[in-house]
Amino acid sequence: MHKLLTENPGQKMLLLGNEAIARGAIEAGVAVASTYPGTPSSEISLNFFQMSQESDLYFEYSTNEKVAMEVAAAAANSGVRSMCVMKHVGVNVAADALMTLAYVGVKGGMVVLTADDPYMFSSQNEQDNRFYAKLSGLPLLEPSSVEEAKEMISYAFEISEKLQEPVLFRTTTRINHSSAIVTLGEIKTPQTKGDFVKDPLNLVTVPAVSRKLHVKLLENIEKAKDLTESSAYNFIQGDGKWGIVCNGVSYNYASDAIKELDIADKVRLLRVGFSYPMPEKIIKSYLKACEKVLVIEEGEPYMEEQIKAFAQEEGLTLSIRGKAKDLFTRLYEYDPAQVRENIAKFFGMPYTPAAKPDLSDVPQVPQRPPTLCAGCSHRATYYAVKKAAEGLGTIYPTDIGCYTLGVLPPLSTADFLLCMGSSVGTGCGFSVSTDKKVISFIGDSTFFHSGIPGLVNAVFNNHNFTLIVLDNSTTAMTGHQPHPGVNMKDFNLTGYGRVSIENVVRAIGVPHVEIIKPYRVNKSIAAIKEAIDYEGVSVIISKEACTLYAQNLKKARGKPFYINEKCTDHRECVNQLACPAFYIEDERVHINADLCSGCAVCAQICPEKAIVPVRSKEKIKSS
Amino acid sequence: MQTTRLIIVAVGGQGNLLASKVLGEAALLADIPVRMSEIHGMAQRGGVVESAVVFGDAESTIISDGEADVLVGFEPSETLRALNRCNADTIVITNTAKLPPFTVSIGQGTYPDLNELQELIRQKTARLVAFDALALAKEAGNFMSLNMVLLGSLIQTGLMPVSADNVKQAIRTSTKKAFIDTNIKAFELGFEAAAKAG
Ligand code: SF4
Ligand code: SF4
Repeated sequence: MHKLLTENPGQKMLLLGNEAIARGAIEAGVAVASTYPGTPSSEISLNFFQMSQESDLYFEYSTNEKVAMEVAAAAANSGVRSMCVMKHVGVNVAADALMTLAYVGVKGGMVVLTADDPYMFSSQNEQDNRFYAKLSGLPLLEPSSVEEAKEMISYAFEISEKLQEPVLFRTTTRINHSSAIVTLGEIKTPQTKGDFVKDPLNLVTVPAVSRKLHVKLLENIEKAKDLTESSAYNFIQGDGKWGIVCNGVSYNYASDAIKELDIADKVRLLRVGFSYPMPEKIIKSYLKACEKVLVIEEGEPYMEEQIKAFAQEEGLTLSIRGKAKDLFTRLYEYDPAQVRENIAKFFGMPYTPAAKPDLSDVPQVPQRPPTLCAGCSHRATYYAVKKAAEGLGTIYPTDIGCYTLGVLPPLSTADFLLCMGSSVGTGCGFSVSTDKKVISFIGDSTFFHSGIPGLVNAVFNNHNFTLIVLDNSTTAMTGHQPHPGVNMKDFNLTGYGRVSIENVVRAIGVPHVEIIKPYRVNKSIAAIKEAIDYEGVSVIISKEACTLYAQNLKKARGKPFYINEKCTDHRECVNQLACPAFYIEDERVHINADLCSGCAVCAQICPEKAIVPVRSKEKIKSS
Repeated sequence: MQTTRLIIVAVGGQGNLLASKVLGEAALLADIPVRMSEIHGMAQRGGVVESAVVFGDAESTIISDGEADVLVGFEPSETLRALNRCNADTIVITNTAKLPPFTVSIGQGTYPDLNELQELIRQKTARLVAFDALALAKEAGNFMSLNMVLLGSLIQTGLMPVSADNVKQAIRTSTKKAFIDTNIKAFELGFEAAAKAG
C-alpha cells in the first residue's frame, strides 16, 4: 500500500513537504486532483498519481495548468472536493480560468496549490503569487512548515466550502522540498461522485450574470475577512514592543533568530498564515501595541504595503519597514543568518555575525552545471541541427524542458526563452522581423501544453521557420511524467487514449513534416537540411526515448563504447558533442563505461573511426 | 536541545538524498527533532545536490553560509566548493575519489590538486576526515553504497545526536531490500575508516 494511505492516526512519519501536502489532501477527502507537473510541486502530483491507482482518488495529468484548473473547477461545481496543483508560473497559464472561477465559485471545496520558487532553483522567474489572491479576490493560505502544510490543507477545504470559493494555497520551494516529522491524522472518506445542478443565471458568465457575480465575490471577500480575523493560522507570539511580522518560511528564520538573539521578552511576533484578506483588525490593534515593526517576507512587499495602509487609516506613524536597501531584498530566498542580522540591525541590537573563513586563497573550483545525460537524444538532435545549419546565421528559440540545457556550449542551441510554448510563437516573430533562419525547439510534453496554438498560427500566417519537436516519450525534466503522446499500456495502465504528435502536426496542415531518429546522425542531418531549405513552416519530429527513463525502466541498454588507438587526440567528439561520459586522463579522451548509454552518436562523428563498441571486459580496461 | 547543523554536498546520482533520509529516519527512531531540506532541481543531470539536516530545537530547514557544524562532501572538489558553508569550528568529512565535471574535459577550468585541496580544508576548519570512500563502497560490494560509507564515518565522529544502531535500523527500513547487507557493510567500513583517520 502507498505509505500516504496508511490508516493509523497518530503515527509519526518523516515526510517531504510535498508528501505532507498530498497526505493532507487525502485526509481532507479530496476526490478529484489534476495537475501539469512543475518543480517544486511535482512530487505532490506524483504521489496523487500513485495513490489514484490504489484508491478512489481520481487524478489526472492534464495537458496544461489551465485545463487542470478547469477540470478541478467543474468537479468542485459538481459538489466534490477537488485540488489542482501547479508551479507558480503555471498559475499564469491557468489565470484566465481562475479569475472568472472566482466569480462563479464552487460547491464542493477546491484548493489551488501554487508552488512558488524564490531564487528560481528551477524556474524562469520568481514571481510572487500572493498577488493572484489580491487580483482574483480569493482567500490565500501560506504554511510555514511541512507539518503545518498538511494541517492547513483540511482547513483550506473547509474555508472553501464555507465561502463557496476556491482557496489559493501558496508554498515555496523550502516547504515543498523540506522534510520533517509529521503526525498522521484520520483519513476522511471522499465523496467521489457529485451532481451538477443547472443554474445558468449563476454559472454562465455572460456580462449580465457576471455583473451580479462580481457583487457576490465582493460579499464573499467580506465574509473571508471575518474568517481571517478568527483564524488560528494568524497568531501573535510575545508581548514586547518590537513588532516582527512574518509569513511562510520567514517565520522559521525569525523564530530561530529571536531565540539566538535572546530577545523573546522584547518581541511581539505576528505570523500571518491566512494572508488574503489580511486580518485588518488584528493588525491594527497589533500596530498600536508596537513601537516599530519589521516585516519579513520573501518576494514582494505584499504584507508590508497592506500593513502601511492599515497604519495610515489608523493615523499611526510608527516605523514599519521591510524591503529596503539596508534591510530586506525583493530578490531570491532568505536564510537564517540574513534574517537574524536584519532583526539585530533594525532593533539596534549589538550583533557580530559569525566569522566566515577567509577563502581568498582557495582556487576556483570548476563549475558543475547540470548537463544533458550521456546518450541523451537531445544532444544527438542538437548536433545534427548544428551540422545541418552550418554556415547559416540561425536563431534558436527554445522552450522549457531538459533540452533547455542545450544553452550551454558547445551545443549552444538556445537563444531565446520566455515560457512554456514560447519557442513557437517567438519563432514566428523572429521569422518576420529578421532575415535569419529560425529553428525552434520544443519538447513533446511542452508541444501538447501550449505549442499547438503557435503552430496553427504559423501555418495560418505562413511563417518561414523550422520547428523541431524533441519527442522523447515523457516529461523528462520534472521526473518523467506521462503526457498525451505516451502509450500508457507500457506502464500497465488502462483507460487512456493516445494522441500522435505527427497526426496533430499534419492535421494542422504543416506543409513539410519529417520524422527522424536522432541517433542516425547522417540521415538526420540530411532531413533537417531539407526542412531548413523549405520556404514556409516545416516540422521535424525527432523521436527517441529519454535514455535516463529507458534505463530506469530497465529497458536493455546498448553496449558502451570505448576509444581505441586510432584516436589522434584532436578531440572533435569532446568539443562538439561534450557527452558527459567523456573524460580526459593522461592527455587522452576516454569514455566512462558506467555512464555511456551506447547511443553510438560519437562513433558516427569520429573522423578516425576510433570509437567502437566494447566487446569484452578487457577492452574497457585497456581504454 | 542543542542544535546540530549538517550539510551534505554531492554530485547528482551519488545518493546523498538517501543518506539524509536515512539520518532523518534514524532521528525519528531516536525521537530527536529533525528538519531537512534539499535542492535537487536537476539532480539526475549531473549537477550539484545539496541537503541540509538540522537536528534539535530549530525551525529553519536551511543553513546559512559559515554556519554548518559538519560538512560531508561526497566528491572532493564539491567539498572544497562548499567551504564557504563552514567556519573555524566545522568538522569536515570528504571522500577523496574524484568525479571531475565535464567542464574540465572541455577545457573550462582545472580540477584542484587533491593534496592542496585537503590542506586548504584542514587550515580553515577544525578537523578533516578524508579517505577514499569509493574504494570502501566497492569493497562492501557496490559502488552505489558510497553514501552509506560516508554515513558510517559521520556517525563515528560522534557529532550526530543519533546512534550507529539507530542508523543501521534506518538503513534496514529505508533502503532497498536487495542492498541492505551491502549498505550495512559499507556503513561499518566507513565507521572504521573514520576511527582510523583519528
Ligand atoms: S532525463 Fe532524459 S531528456 Fe533529460 S537529459 Fe536525461 S536523457 Fe535527456
Ligand atoms: S556512445 Fe558516445 S555519445 Fe553515446 S553515450 Fe556513449 S560516449 Fe556518449
